[in-house]
Amino acid sequence: MKVTRRQFVKFTGGGIGAFTMTFAAPEFLSDLARAQGAHVRNLVVLYLSGGNDSLSMLIPYNDPFYYSRRPTLAVPAGQVLQVGTDSSRVALGLHPRLTGLRQIFDQGRLALIQRTGYLNQSRSHFTGNDIWSTADPNNAAGLGWVGRYLDSLPSPVDALAGWNTTASMPHVLQSAQTAVPAIASPANYAFQSPNSGTEATAERTSVVRIASHVPIDRPELAFVYGSTQGALATLNKVATVATYNGSLAGAANYPANNGFAQALKAVAGAMVRGIGTRVFYVTTGGFDTHSGQNVVQTNGAYYNLMATLNDGLLAFYNDLRNQALLDDTLVLSFSEFGRRISENGSSGTDHGAASVMMAMGGRVNGGLYGTAPNLNTDPKNPTLENAAGDVTFETDFRSVYARVADNWLGTDSVSLLGGNFKKPVLTFV
Amino acid sequence: MARRSNRQIEHLLRRAGFGARPDELDFYGDLSIPDAVDTLVNFDQINTDIDSLIGQPGYVGYTTNGTFSPRTVIADARQRWLFRMVHSDRPLQEKMTLFWHNHFATGYTKLAGALGSAEGARYLAAKASEDPGGVRGQIEMLRDNALGNFRDILTNIARDTAMLFWLDGVTNTKTKPQENFGREIMELFTMGVGHYTEPDVYAAARVFSGWNVQRTGAGDALHYEFIYNAGQHETTAKTFSFPIYADGNPTIPARAAAGGMQDSLDLINALAGNPNTARYLATKLYRFFVSEFGAPDPSFVNAIASVYLQSGYDMKVVMREVLLSPQFWDPNNYFARYSWPVEFVVRALKDVGWTGFSVATALTPLSNMGQTLYEPPDVSGWRLGKAWFSTSAMLSRMNFAAQLATNQKFNIAARAKAAAAGQSPDTLLTFFQRELVTAPFDPGVVAELSTYLRSTGAWTGSDAQLQAKGSGLVHLLSGSSEYQFV
Repeated sequence: MKVTRRQFVKFTGGGIGAFTMTFAAPEFLSDLARAQGAHVRNLVVLYLSGGNDSLSMLIPYNDPFYYSRRPTLAVPAGQVLQVGTDSSRVALGLHPRLTGLRQIFDQGRLALIQRTGYLNQSRSHFTGNDIWSTADPNNAAGLGWVGRYLDSLPSPVDALAGWNTTASMPHVLQSAQTAVPAIASPANYAFQSPNSGTEATAERTSVVRIASHVPIDRPELAFVYGSTQGALATLNKVATVATYNGSLAGAANYPANNGFAQALKAVAGAMVRGIGTRVFYVTTGGFDTHSGQNVVQTNGAYYNLMATLNDGLLAFYNDLRNQALLDDTLVLSFSEFGRRISENGSSGTDHGAASVMMAMGGRVNGGLYGTAPNLNTDPKNPTLENAAGDVTFETDFRSVYARVADNWLGTDSVSLLGGNFKKPVLTFV
Repeated sequence: MARRSNRQIEHLLRRAGFGARPDELDFYGDLSIPDAVDTLVNFDQINTDIDSLIGQPGYVGYTTNGTFSPRTVIADARQRWLFRMVHSDRPLQEKMTLFWHNHFATGYTKLAGALGSAEGARYLAAKASEDPGGVRGQIEMLRDNALGNFRDILTNIARDTAMLFWLDGVTNTKTKPQENFGREIMELFTMGVGHYTEPDVYAAARVFSGWNVQRTGAGDALHYEFIYNAGQHETTAKTFSFPIYADGNPTIPARAAAGGMQDSLDLINALAGNPNTARYLATKLYRFFVSEFGAPDPSFVNAIASVYLQSGYDMKVVMREVLLSPQFWDPNNYFARYSWPVEFVVRALKDVGWTGFSVATALTPLSNMGQTLYEPPDVSGWRLGKAWFSTSAMLSRMNFAAQLATNQKFNIAARAKAAAAGQSPDTLLTFFQRELVTAPFDPGVVAELSTYLRSTGAWTGSDAQLQAKGSGLVHLLSGSSEYQFV
């Protein structure tokens, strides 16, 4: 992969220009514009890291093989949160801890897209993540699909067009021209100096000036200059987000001990402050449940994963609704693979294939998309693969991306994804 | 004491170590390059008890709650390792241990969740000599084998308590094979992705069935240790898509359970000797020791892969070859690596100074930069190269540079004064550019640094000015983009 910051640097006119730009008024929607009904379209990419066992999240609770193949992991039918039947008349229920997502589903703002994946799905975490990130099974070392989207925006692209809430750069955001800042904690995002007063000011001035001397003929060094410029250009705007605490009272607000929820609070803060960010990346991990998966038990491993997911997304949803930003926001989830259908000897599940994607937001057409797998162990079962060991895909994940690209981001999915993956029945947005 | 500049030795110690203290520059500066490399790889001939220096005056400090206990407290284990990186006279041993830590990336949090925090630290960081039960943690095993035989390292890793919990080997049984370790030993530890099949993963899981831990000892000595549990070994034949035996036979034969431990040893032997493993390791060594710019040099990969195979997987022989290779000494490859956060932090300490500094102060910044020792993000290790340089990580590096310069403000001024470097802004700049060696600055950057030193008033060279401008300059230099390369 070849990434240079040359064009980024050119567009922003170097560090000094980029720095002074931060004092300009945001070019995006003001509160007034929002009050008058104008909308922007924010995309929040949610990565469930480790390979989500979607059969424990969206449960075909009337399938006898679900119980026979998962003697210790199956959720009893009486405990699932029923969400109706899909087009193949399979009855489905959410994990019992997903009470908030059920509310959102009932409000018609959560779409669950079943059996998403691709042909010969990789069971490797790393290759799998690369493929979902690039949307290209044949060149998993390329740029991320969201990064490519940012590159396609009219220049100059704002230094905060994207916001990565984790400390390192996820593959999905890797781009050729657009440096997406990684801001895990807005409060810690500040410039320090060994001196104070005018000495400290002189130092900061010098750092900004040095950052403008981008070495054009040294691409690797120029990349690090880009990171420095990005940090300097974003400091002041991010400071405004650090003070955002959410609109919800008490226990309904973003839980303090839930890092995923705290990341979503920063996302909401960035939207509320109107700093111009359009694409956000959030993640919650721990889904690689090879052993002791404990799906049902309160505070079991998978139960807690669902708690983290549910509580974060519910607070985010309610906060955005209070802020009249729900219609501006689409959350799209992915994970590198689903998990094997039969539990292993360690009361866990190993790496599998197709999984469930989620889309949530004020303009989402909620409901169940695609059909559930039939878990019958017959090797000829067409909904399964790998000798009926894994769920086989029905909807290519790129078709989901294509829908988001065409109908939400307003770009051309064929050029973004390098092919026509449009699937008209995917009307979730 | 001013540093004794030596461009080649500095390059060698940035790569084979974590930069150079002034005394290291003196010592290695007296040696020829081949002698310096031999000294580095034959580190077992250097007598040292580095840990006995922890807490002594003149060395970097530590901070702890109560008794310093790296065996049971992970923050103390992190500090002990950082101390070794700064002060060890066996820099390559620490560097290779870090390389293996990334290669066999095992994370503390999962162990602590399964075993408790003290036990989690113990199975990663305990030294056998300090543990009542004689437990040798994974990183200590890697440190003891830092330039050992790769097949031995693999065998030790497969038996390692931390690894058996980390990749769920403890739940791998006859009737329910657990694939996690079986997959990763092929994908991440040896041959690399694309050189094994899904059926190979299932077969490898069965091969390792019965490799487990048992609880033994009493009181403080109570601990887990490796056991081959024959009753849980799956005994049928296992066929792979690659050769297991020298004659090309890909099938590990059915064996009685009592002798089934040999299955794994046969597989490990095959993986260690597989040509794809040789190339996978040679490529990783190129990226870590030679260059991250451009594609790996095929002639290097071929040469190192064949030395690896011909030497019978002897990493000392391999590393000697790496450090004497023409690619290593190509001046175009100087500063051709993006430093890992621990490389940056330790080098900054060696360059800027450590007296009165506690390595505890570096733990949170390291986390913000994306690297916490004993806590790689997952079994594939840290994301390297450009991935270290998100905007927030870069800001964290700049801010660590500021914290260190703040802490060392008086030492910085005293050093400049002792070297009579405070006569003018330009003598100060020349002095500190020599103390903190970076990838070359473009002339415009040097001019900005000079402008900075001339800002905020006339030059007097007073102590107060040397403290302010010296610390500010050290901040600018160690926080510069150029300093982030090694």
